[in-house]
Amino acid sequence: MSATSATLGRTPPRRRSLLRQAMPGIAWWAICGLVALMFLFPLAMVVLTVLKTSSEAAATPPHYLPQHLSGQNFRALSNADIWKYVINSAGVALGTVVGTVIVATLAGYGFARYRFPGRTLLFLGSLMTLMVPFQALLTPLYSVLVFLHLANSLIGLTLVYITFQLPFSLFVMRNAFAEIPQEIEDAAAMDGASTLATLRRVMVPVAKPAVVTVALFAFFSAWNEFLAALIFLSDQSRYTLPVFLTTLVTGKLGAINWGLLEAGVVVTIVPCLVIFLLLQRYYVRGLMSGAVR
Amino acid sequence: MGALAASRSMFGRAGSRRRAGARSLRRRRALIGLLLVSPALAFVAVFFFVPLVLMIWMSLHRWPLLGHTSWIGLGNYAAMGSDPVFWRSLGFTVEYTAIVTPILIVLGFGLALLVRRNRRGVGFFRTVFFMPYVIGFAAASYLFVWLINPGVGLLDKTLQALGITSSPVQWLSTRTLALFAVVLMIVWKTVGFTMLLFMSGLQGIPDDVHEAASVDGAGRWTTMRRVTLPLLRRTIALTVILAVVGSMLAFDQFYIITNGEPANQTLTVVYWIYNSSFVNFQLGYGAAMSVVLMVILMLITAVQLYLLRDQTER
Repeated sequence: MSATSATLGRTPPRRRSLLRQAMPGIAWWAICGLVALMFLFPLAMVVLTVLKTSSEAAATPPHYLPQHLSGQNFRALSNADIWKYVINSAGVALGTVVGTVIVATLAGYGFARYRFPGRTLLFLGSLMTLMVPFQALLTPLYSVLVFLHLANSLIGLTLVYITFQLPFSLFVMRNAFAEIPQEIEDAAAMDGASTLATLRRVMVPVAKPAVVTVALFAFFSAWNEFLAALIFLSDQSRYTLPVFLTTLVTGKLGAINWGLLEAGVVVTIVPCLVIFLLLQRYYVRGLMSGAVR
Repeated sequence: MGALAASRSMFGRAGSRRRAGARSLRRRRALIGLLLVSPALAFVAVFFFVPLVLMIWMSLHRWPLLGHTSWIGLGNYAAMGSDPVFWRSLGFTVEYTAIVTPILIVLGFGLALLVRRNRRGVGFFRTVFFMPYVIGFAAASYLFVWLINPGVGLLDKTLQALGITSSPVQWLSTRTLALFAVVLMIVWKTVGFTMLLFMSGLQGIPDDVHEAASVDGAGRWTTMRRVTLPLLRRTIALTVILAVVGSMLAFDQFYIITNGEPANQTLTVVYWIYNSSFVNFQLGYGAAMSVVLMVILMLITAVQLYLLRDQTER
């Protein structure tokens, strides 16, 4: 009996080595490598294609590699005023980031540290925004924007983006502030710092990872959002990048200029990938805290 | 004696003054708290609660973009009942959801099993598998519009080179193939997120649980089925709900890749709301469909909240 349990007791390490035998290093690398190739294929191909000349990008059947490297597609994109749309998108995205960070920081601090009548109710009320996706509210939201003279305006679009970014951001900021020990804040108050000074000089620096998470999410959602921008913006000169892409498809002579369209795609994608690769730790942490909310 | 009484009354006065001070401090802090949260409340009130109420109000009216509106009671809801496009789009959206959700769960779980343990090179693969998630739906859709194009796209060339197909496939010619193309794009773009959810779920299971199972003589498959999957129940539920809500709201990928074609067969609910409100300018009808969609999604979210409450109690 004791011999049996001793044998069983040794089983776990052996089992783990069996597992490793079932999937040795080489097989693991081969499978992961193959899957990684499938994930990278669309991105690698689109980047290679926009470096072709425009006639080669439209060739049937296509080549994987450019025969001649060319900046033709990007020159065409710049003739299509791409910079105007990059500036529109960047403005909306930065406006959303700044607005969301400021409003969510103030409110997160208020909800975490101050008692006032209706606190719980108001907090739950602002989290309710999570339950109703803004896709369902677009029709009345458009009427509200028309009433406020904010339809067809990048400012109106930014205000809408901030609103729908708030519940998640408020949640993250409130939790971050609630975790900071009260003593740190008291010490600042002792030194006679005002509420805003305490928030700015003491609380925000300690909660910096949460601020970065909130800023990143605001940036990605504003930069990538399509449906609201499609509905709310009617002048082409105010389009954001994703909506601008729709104008590249309905090309001038009926045929799609593939090199031009995909160059637009690359310009839209690259900032997201770069920012993600630089700050992925904050992004992934924020996703997990948001998903388990 | 008199001195004592005087000192007591002095104490009393000081005490009540301190209490009054505490009360006014509390009132001051309540005021500061309200001021801090007021900008957020203003945003939520103007751009969330007003549209929410307006949506219900609009849904009871004939509401053109211009011109005057007229009360029609439940007319829009009745119209929905006899609108074949609404029912077809609802059916299609449910079908799309039913296809995408299990694929995302199974593939996401598989990827999570591949990269769950820390070993050399694992960080690179996690990053690569997750990367497409940060690309926008619109940009990813336009990437796939090109990739699946039978003439200039590289998908068909690659499929033929691998011997999977013998000639270019007209991906957008039939409902089934168009749906397949969209599902391909969505899985590529979002499965990394599902992987991440499962990874954190798996990492939450202590190693000794598996050791205990193997002590009891359970094989790998049995351990997976009897131990790992039941312990992941909450992660699976969360993943299902996120995938279902996301798919029920699908718009960008169908608007861009299939354009609702062929013959309006790949129209989703949000797409039909968009067309009704902003192409046909029947804003009241669009609002009524939005109310129905909102109710469906609130039911799904209620299930989510119920499951999460269950978790905190355990």
